[in-house]
Amino acid sequence: MDIMVFAGLKEKIGGTHVTLDIKNEPTVKELKETVYRQYPALEGDVFQVACNESFVKDTHILSKTDEVALIPPVSGG
Amino acid sequence: MKQYEIVDTPIDINKYHSYTVNEVQGAVCMFTGHVREWTKGTRTVHLEYEAYKPMAESKMAQIGDEIAQRWPGVITTIAHRVGKLEISDIAVVIVTSAPHRKDSYQANEYAIERIKEVVPIWKKEVWEDGEEWMGHQRQYHSSVEEE
Repeated sequence: MDIMVFAGLKEKIGGTHVTLDIKNEPTVKELKETVYRQYPALEGDVFQVACNESFVKDTHILSKTDEVALIPPVSGG
Repeated sequence: MKQYEIVDTPIDINKYHSYTVNEVQGAVCMFTGHVREWTKGTRTVHLEYEAYKPMAESKMAQIGDEIAQRWPGVITTIAHRVGKLEISDIAVVIVTSAPHRKDSYQANEYAIERIKEVVPIWKKEVWEDGEEWMGHQRQYHSSVEEE
């Protein structure tokens, strides 16, 4: 599963996407756990998950065709 | 121009201002946010903004919809710049017009507060001796969780 990352997360990972080794249709909670397991450098970093450009809760189920992004705390304006 | 947009070139505020004017609007409130050199005694050399562009534009449009519900008759337009910005450059412009001034002021302040809560845009401050992605000044608003 291919996930977009931004800002500080992108710099820590060293790329604009992460490819997660994860089962089909994971929940957002499972996705977060997998991110922290595969990218230990992100320990302590918080982020929300966006699915198809909307914020989603931990219980939301993601599908392969969704556009998924990790959204660190925003600082626009 | 688009009513809600992320741009990577200097912001021309006049076209956003003009966008909100019509024959029923008697008040136009325009806010511009600029790059500040000094923040609590620390000197910023420049800023870099990054956005998740399609989501940022749709979230700004959502803020416009929220404003139209709270203050019927208000017309909103928002533009945010990304890339490298120098001191005093305009990072964001918000224009809200209304038949009467009170609604235009209130809607305008609401818009900037919501931008800081829900729009996926990030600011990196670059100082003489380091740099940091900002983002912890406000954390997430409770409404983010409710979507």
